[in-house]
Amino acid sequence: MAERALDATCSRIVSILGTRVMRVEDPKFLTTGGVYVDDLRDPRLDGAGYVTYVRSVMAHARISVDVAAAAAADGVLAVMTAADFADLAPPPVPLGFIPPALGRPWLANGVVRYVGEPIAAIVTESRYAGEDIAELVSVDYEPLTAVVDPRAAATDETLLFPEHGSNTALAFEAGSLDGLFDDCEVVVTQQLTNQRVAPAPLEVRGTACVWEGDGDDARLTLWASTQSPHGARDQIAAALALPPERVHFIAPDVGGGFGAKFGVSIEDLALAVLSRRLGRPMRWTETRTENMLGMGHGRAQLQTVTIGGTRDGRITAYSLDVLQDSGAYPHFGSVLPFMTQLMATGTYDIARVAVRTKSVVTNTAPVVAYRGAGRPEATAAIERAVDLFAAEIERDPAEVRRRNLFPKEAFPLTTQVGAAYDSGDYVGALDAVLAAANYDELRAEQRRRRESGDERLLGIGVSSYVEITAGPEAGTEFARINVKPDGSVVVYTGTSPHGQGHATSFAMLAADELGVPLDRITVVHGDTDLVARGGGTGGSRSLQLGGAAVHQGAIETVDRARELAGDLFEAAVGDIVLDKARGGFHVAGSPDDVRSWSEVATSADAEHGLIVDTDFSAQGATFPFGAHVAVVEVDAATGKPTLLSMTTVDDAGPVINPVVVEGQRHGGIAQGVAQALFEEVRYDEDGNPQSTNLADYAFPSAAEFPDFTLVDMATPSPMNPLGVKGIGEAGTIGATPAVQSAVVDAVAHLGVRHIEMPTTSERVWRAIQEGAK
Amino acid sequence: MIPAPFDYVRADSAEAAWAALGEHGDDAKLLAGGQSLLPLMKLRLATPAVVVDVSRVGDLAYVREDGDTLAIGALTRHCDVARSADVQSHAPLLAHAAGGVGDAQVRHRGTIGGSVAHADPSADMPAALLALGASYVVRGPGGSREIAAADFATGFLETVLAPDELLVEVRVPKATGEAWGYEKFTRRAIDWATVAVAVQARDGATAISLANMGSTVLRAAATETALAGGSSAGDAAEHADDGTEPPSDVTASSDYRRHLARVLTRRALAAAGRA
Amino acid sequence: MNLTVTVNGTAHTVDVEDRTLLVHLLRDRLGLTATNIGCDTTSCGACTVLLDGQSVKSCTVLAASVDGQSVTTLEGLAEGDRWHRVQEGFRAKHGLQCGFCTPGMVMAAVSLLDENPSPTATEVREGLEGNLCRCTGYHNIVAAVLEAAAK
Repeated sequence: MAERALDATCSRIVSILGTRVMRVEDPKFLTTGGVYVDDLRDPRLDGAGYVTYVRSVMAHARISVDVAAAAAADGVLAVMTAADFADLAPPPVPLGFIPPALGRPWLANGVVRYVGEPIAAIVTESRYAGEDIAELVSVDYEPLTAVVDPRAAATDETLLFPEHGSNTALAFEAGSLDGLFDDCEVVVTQQLTNQRVAPAPLEVRGTACVWEGDGDDARLTLWASTQSPHGARDQIAAALALPPERVHFIAPDVGGGFGAKFGVSIEDLALAVLSRRLGRPMRWTETRTENMLGMGHGRAQLQTVTIGGTRDGRITAYSLDVLQDSGAYPHFGSVLPFMTQLMATGTYDIARVAVRTKSVVTNTAPVVAYRGAGRPEATAAIERAVDLFAAEIERDPAEVRRRNLFPKEAFPLTTQVGAAYDSGDYVGALDAVLAAANYDELRAEQRRRRESGDERLLGIGVSSYVEITAGPEAGTEFARINVKPDGSVVVYTGTSPHGQGHATSFAMLAADELGVPLDRITVVHGDTDLVARGGGTGGSRSLQLGGAAVHQGAIETVDRARELAGDLFEAAVGDIVLDKARGGFHVAGSPDDVRSWSEVATSADAEHGLIVDTDFSAQGATFPFGAHVAVVEVDAATGKPTLLSMTTVDDAGPVINPVVVEGQRHGGIAQGVAQALFEEVRYDEDGNPQSTNLADYAFPSAAEFPDFTLVDMATPSPMNPLGVKGIGEAGTIGATPAVQSAVVDAVAHLGVRHIEMPTTSERVWRAIQEGAK
Repeated sequence: MIPAPFDYVRADSAEAAWAALGEHGDDAKLLAGGQSLLPLMKLRLATPAVVVDVSRVGDLAYVREDGDTLAIGALTRHCDVARSADVQSHAPLLAHAAGGVGDAQVRHRGTIGGSVAHADPSADMPAALLALGASYVVRGPGGSREIAAADFATGFLETVLAPDELLVEVRVPKATGEAWGYEKFTRRAIDWATVAVAVQARDGATAISLANMGSTVLRAAATETALAGGSSAGDAAEHADDGTEPPSDVTASSDYRRHLARVLTRRALAAAGRA
Repeated sequence: MNLTVTVNGTAHTVDVEDRTLLVHLLRDRLGLTATNIGCDTTSCGACTVLLDGQSVKSCTVLAASVDGQSVTTLEGLAEGDRWHRVQEGFRAKHGLQCGFCTPGMVMAAVSLLDENPSPTATEVREGLEGNLCRCTGYHNIVAAVLEAAAK
């Protein structure tokens, strides 16, 4: 805990930063519950129509739709198909990189390209009638060849978008493949699948909207379960050809996003159109099955890794080939291989690197951002490669890692792929986690069990990772600090938390600079009418950009307040001191004559108080890092892997609120473990999804996890005054490879070299059978 | 997410249930705890026009000793079967299986009769009851009959129940002090059994039943025969999947299910004290 | 159909479609929106409430079936300003992040402790197998329930 001494006449106070502060958000969630989109009872939504979608049951087909029976049914307000949107420009593509020819329509227009694609929108008076009437819509499907395997898509034999001329959406590359491995004594290669997973936040997508006013004054107010209200507002305005100020976008409480709720969905856009057409408010809440089909999926990379080096353990060359499955309509997922490429070499100093990536469309749901977004894929690949290299040269995988990590002294550095790493201590992290996990004793126990023929096979997996947050370009974020005339403070932030605790952490940052108690500070976010601008919450950007903006704004507020206090005291601003302990200003040397924040704010403006707006610009992205040790036990007879323990170091710089940071680490680790052991979205060869609900999809419960052991480490970043990096995704990135590695390690002595994720019982069992041959 | 429209009828007695079933025939489904039926209806995989709620039919929730038999009312909730001192004492296999059905919330609602009548081949209760040699008392307007568990399920979610019959009681021959074992293999704790094996010793013989190895719960007949013929448990267990046609699905292939059946049978027999 | 159900101590007589799920009765009809819907296969437990004191998934119960019975939702758990020890435990141990699974998780934990007042960590984890959370990784939820059990 940092102690701050002010001048001799001020009390010593202890900074709140770094202390465990219980979240100010929690009382509401624990008593009356959060207010999520479907909970909204705003009177403006009275009489709202409910929207239900008819969605494609085929992966690739020409369609004709007959809505006559549905349109004539009782309780129907409207039934809309693509034809009803024909007068509008096509919806904007989700990201600038994406070729417009690969953009999606409002509703499927004569052709469907994935199971779950929306075909018709039914508007009813009651929530319950929607599914009834959806059954009355008749869709004729004329099947087209479904392209499901990205490798098949890459051949361009069947094109999803004939006008585009290819199924390739994007490609990236770095480094040269020529002679890359020529002087390597050892070269190992492996094909890997970083499998498609479902983000599956507990709250599915939902939206509500209402138009108010007429003609050129008409204004849309839209609530959605989103991570990025300002960005979403801009996208909706663009789609409706409106100036942004005519759209009021509000994120109410949001039940998790994990990257998949960044931006707007086609259903959000359509809702606004339906509302305007029918002249009434509208609501839409999808079902979980729709969410599993249509919100978008994560990961979905086919990879080939090749790694080479000396027989005594020095890695000198690495190549990564990525085939990214974008799904039917390219979204974030198609662009993420750029991040994979950027982080390809991870924590290792590898002399020669080459990366090739290609993103192709397939007849599956679009691939979006999901916790880690391109970086887990990079880490999983390099970690698997290092393990295989270590196995080939018969050396301990932790030792091989230590041998090849960038040393502490090397920072800041630019990697062979061009990533500018700000700070790190990879060896320190590895050493700390191995010590905390008692690595040597684990290896000894593993030996004991193997020698005694114990059916419970112990596996130990080690990962070393680094990732990029708030990148790849240097980011900015907005904050407004408003000290009200009564001395309370409202902080406005452009971030959009959905569980990350900004209302607490950002209040702590403001309290620390202003000397206003935490319980007099409120944080406002998620409303584009209240917050001037913002980048939302995702990519672990919020603390290092949003928090830094609050911190900067608070400092600027103190500076401005000292000027105002100077006027009140008729003293020079240089003589004015802020006494944080007493929450007031005085002239240096005269501590008894104090003007409170309330007085100073009132002197700025009697009605609104003191308002300071600031935009923080970071110098660049930051690179949190860490190391994980996973211990699994594999039942030799059934192959079933059970996670016994996770011990982790996740270093994102100084910790503002340990309570919040631990929570982010736990949640991240759990999702990383889930990808390694349990989860997979699979499509059959006709493009039919095999896991469309939480009964089929192996979303794990508490019973599947042990407690996690978190080891603390804090290496500051030079990229912002707080020295912080982003913690939100780090746990996920480190956990997946450690667990996959542990499962393979458990059966390596039985001749197993690799097991694809998720390492299900059956996959492990089959690997053991194969290894025995 | 929303069931198709239906008419709800509350039956306050068995007679009222028969009357409703008789009137609506195939259009009607009985609702007990709803933990099997309602999930199907919410996905519109079942769309009965009439739902006859029998969950309040008086006096069909009980556990009673009836000589050498435990009589369990069909509407006894799984949580009550699991907690019952009588079941724990006289049919511990059943208490154990009941304690693992679904999750706590499902066990608070789901009933033994509902589970048996639903006849899912992956379900814990039908598997345990088959190994226990239970029988089911069924009542209709024409009278009452008692059907052996082995004869009850005829196919996937199909039983010999006539459209106007109500399962009213599960009768379990007491297995007080007899060895038993239950091995349930799942992907996640909450999942249906990938494969489950129930073992119940009784008077020197061993009954073994399998869940999710076919369209109904089944007896591992070849293993039982091998054991009766003097084979070791390990050898006998190798025949656990003889004559079965286990499904292949997202969770497991049929080959892997066969392997699991053998391993789990070996382990269940070991738990029951059979070497 | 008509039914009377006591929710958080107050009797309500309502006329609803026969197929109304209990969770929709609570949320849409009675305005008690703390209880959430997170899935359509009775998997996630976000809709967990107490029915005559026992945890049930209200998405898999017909409103019609609970005529004459008593339901407790999160909104009815505290007694005025006095929080239930489970609510206290979740607060003390940061057992929530986005809050969406929380009402169901808390009610499931209340029922769990009612039936097993001194659970081990494993019993807590298994006892909550029917309640999914994406944010917390469960670590703090388990700590919260154990904290509540110790009170």
